[in-house]
Amino acid sequence: MVRVDGNGNGDSLVRVRGLDKKYQRGSEEIHVLQGLNLDVDAGEFVAFMGPSGSGKSTLLNLLGGIDLPTAGTITVANDEITHLSGSKLTEWRARHVGFVFQMYNLIPVLTAFQNVELPLLLTKLSKAERRKHVETAMALVELSDRMYHYPRQLSGGQEQRVGIARAIVADPTFLLCDEPTGDLDRKSADEVLSLLETLSRQHGKTILMVTHDPLAAERAHCILHLDKGVLTEGKKAGAAQ
Amino acid sequence: MAIPLSYNLRSLRVRWTSTVVAVLGIAGTVGVFVAMLALARGFHATLVASGSADNAIVRRAGSTSEMESAVTLDQVKIMEDAPGVARDNTGPLVSPEVVVIAAFPLKSSGTDANVQVRGVSPKALSVRPSVKIVDGRFFHSGLNELVVGRNVAASYSGLGLGDTVKFGGGQWKVVGVFDAGGSAFDSEIWCDAAVLDQVYQRPLNIFQSVTARLTSPAALTQFKDALTSDPRMTVTVDREIEYYDKQSRALTTLITVLGSMVAAIMGIGAIFGALNTMYSAVSERSREIATMRAIGFGSGIIVLSFLFEAICIALIGGAIGCIIVLPLNGLTTGTMNWQTFSHLAFAFRITPSLLIAGIVFSLLMGILGGVPPAVRAARTRIAYALREL
Repeated sequence: MVRVDGNGNGDSLVRVRGLDKKYQRGSEEIHVLQGLNLDVDAGEFVAFMGPSGSGKSTLLNLLGGIDLPTAGTITVANDEITHLSGSKLTEWRARHVGFVFQMYNLIPVLTAFQNVELPLLLTKLSKAERRKHVETAMALVELSDRMYHYPRQLSGGQEQRVGIARAIVADPTFLLCDEPTGDLDRKSADEVLSLLETLSRQHGKTILMVTHDPLAAERAHCILHLDKGVLTEGKKAGAAQ
Repeated sequence: MAIPLSYNLRSLRVRWTSTVVAVLGIAGTVGVFVAMLALARGFHATLVASGSADNAIVRRAGSTSEMESAVTLDQVKIMEDAPGVARDNTGPLVSPEVVVIAAFPLKSSGTDANVQVRGVSPKALSVRPSVKIVDGRFFHSGLNELVVGRNVAASYSGLGLGDTVKFGGGQWKVVGVFDAGGSAFDSEIWCDAAVLDQVYQRPLNIFQSVTARLTSPAALTQFKDALTSDPRMTVTVDREIEYYDKQSRALTTLITVLGSMVAAIMGIGAIFGALNTMYSAVSERSREIATMRAIGFGSGIIVLSFLFEAICIALIGGAIGCIIVLPLNGLTTGTMNWQTFSHLAFAFRITPSLLIAGIVFSLLMGILGGVPPAVRAARTRIAYALREL
């Protein structure tokens, strides 16, 4: 279940209350998010849509613990992250968040295998265990034959699938995807979205995705609209029909 | 666990142009640093090698060098009978000596340079067994004959074996070449002290120093106590090796200080080179850094990662700098010894400890050049850096 009215039950995986984010640009104060509430249950696949500058990415950054709110609280799996120190927040991200970026953000000098292995270096897994995890993740994104390729040797779609493998390899609490198909052609975008759907449906992954693409948003269980810092529930095209 | 080292090593290779510039800057600095210290060490080692632990050198009390010392013949006799002096079948191994400075033309430039001419006793070779005649023979007492050090024979015109040379109002024949084991004596000319006094019209009963061979290094205390407690003697007694160590100190310190200053100034330039390289690395890779921070790598790990990269640059530079100067080891050069006002030939001495010092210096430059960019990398604002293209 996904709610934006602040009346969700206490069992939600992600619970946001009264979230405010203001930026100072020179003398001008920009109010990006205004008293935002959100409840997302485990296993949901949520798409956030909205015009440029509406605060979608800011919301995702706050949910991922890479930015701090001006006011309000974010609770993920009963951990309130808004008051964590920088180092605690870093540890929290390593355990709970899998990021998928628009530009893939793979490290160009590392192979696909090494890129996917990165989050596991922060765990206590042995080298053999890490290898097994990486191989499993690469198999899931159907790139077992590209493990020792460098990012420059992969297509955009393949790079993004490596990015997804990196995001899921440490089995995080949820995935945060920032325009995951924004830099891909339609065919590659469909492959990536199918993969996200599979992760949600078959593996029960909770996915929060920011997108401009209505076709991408259609793949989600729920679409939320963000405009002028206010979050509203949207309707899926299929649901409208 | 840390970020894989391959990340840093491959990043260095990818940005090879700026890496090479930083490496060369550090290599040049370390090269100069090691070369200057090798110069100082060579000078020091040459002078210290002149002294022996088995020998004592006696000078007038208060004199800092042989040039300003005077010891009378009566005092020499007292020394010969002093306890602790070694003897052979010719008697006590004591060499009263006089020194003068004479100018001779250098083969390399044709200009004159001062050479120390030492008037010694015929027992000089027994007193200093490390000095060996390698060509010709030792001088005969009472004759205007010279034996020249290896460096003198090699460096000056007209001082080869068999040559005749004029100086001090006399005409001299070079009858031998000696090897003093790379010590300062290799830059000297030796002759009979009595003949030198006559030619220079000096009093025959005054010497400038006396070198005595001791029965053992431990006999110095006995010898020194005997001389310094004798009311007829107003002398300073030093172990010969310590005397030469003191002689080398002023110029060694000067070369070390000047060399260190030059290296420090170059080092500042090299540090800026490393800073520039690392800052540009951080700037170019801000999105990579932000990605790693987002994944969960802490700021400490990021600092270490970039510091490792800077240290790699420094170590490669340091190693190249050391390798570049290695051929200087043993290369002979010369300078004015301000204690004797004579030209002293000596060789660059590059020792393992000096190479380690060069590597440590390069590491220091790497750390100074690496820490600020590494800290900047760790402070990257993740949310902003992730948006950078």
